Amino acid sequence: MTTKTMPSKTTSKMTLKTEGDIHIVVTRRFAAPPEAVYRAHTDPKLIQKWLLGPDGWTMPVCINQARPGGKFRYEWTNAKGSGFHITGEYVELQPYSRIVHVERMHLPDPTPDNRVETRFDPDGTGTMMTMRMTLPDAQTRAAMLATGMEHGMEASYVRLEGLI
Amino acid sequence: MSLASTLDATFSALADPTRRAILSRLAKSEATVMELAKPFEMTQPAISQHLKVLEDAGLIVRRVDGTRRPRRLAKAGIEATDQWLAMLRKALEKNYDRLDDVLAGMEQHKRGEKR
Repeated sequence: MTTKTMPSKTTSKMTLKTEGDIHIVVTRRFAAPPEAVYRAHTDPKLIQKWLLGPDGWTMPVCINQARPGGKFRYEWTNAKGSGFHITGEYVELQPYSRIVHVERMHLPDPTPDNRVETRFDPDGTGTMMTMRMTLPDAQTRAAMLATGMEHGMEASYVRLEGLI
Repeated sequence: MSLASTLDATFSALADPTRRAILSRLAKSEATVMELAKPFEMTQPAISQHLKVLEDAGLIVRRVDGTRRPRRLAKAGIEATDQWLAMLRKALEKNYDRLDDVLAGMEQHKRGEKR
């Protein structure tokens, strides 16, 4: 295999849609097969390399028991000393096609549980990932925006660019 | 206010960690100056000053309740679903671009091409 089969690096290939008032559905294609994408979602050493959000954040703590009923805990921090963490439990794991888990953010008080289903479907030689989550309530969204203001500012600039 | 000066006011208001903490607190429920002063261990005038900046930026509003003036988050300010979704989209796009690199690294490792 040569590198010519790799898709060009654009962010436009991700879709994010709301479904009714309560769900968010995200799709994203990856060049690697489902087994690899699934592993990158369940192996702590791999998760720590990519599940970081905006630039400048790291995940010093990544605990992940990838089995039904297993727990996980992700802690993020930035250079300014801000931080927050997520805890959750696995509900279902079907290697290498489907993960169902519940998670909550601690800001520092826990937000309501969010049930997240992630599917990994073969798509040619790659994977089409579909993630369905619940839209957090208005209070949780506001708390997240207030905590991770680096995200919020970035998002506002993006929206501003769209207006000009 | 023009869009640019509204944004300036919003970003200066959010640049201060105490003000972000106040917003985080108000995201849970409305609160008066007195109720905010206690957990933040600040004087009421100091809290009032921060609230004025947030109010001028349109991030919070005050309600009249007898002699109380509880503050809460402004709906049009930071509660908008759109803004939250834009934040989520940006964070996920960054994550998945990094995941592309991780997956490419795994593939390379598997083929024993890692130097």
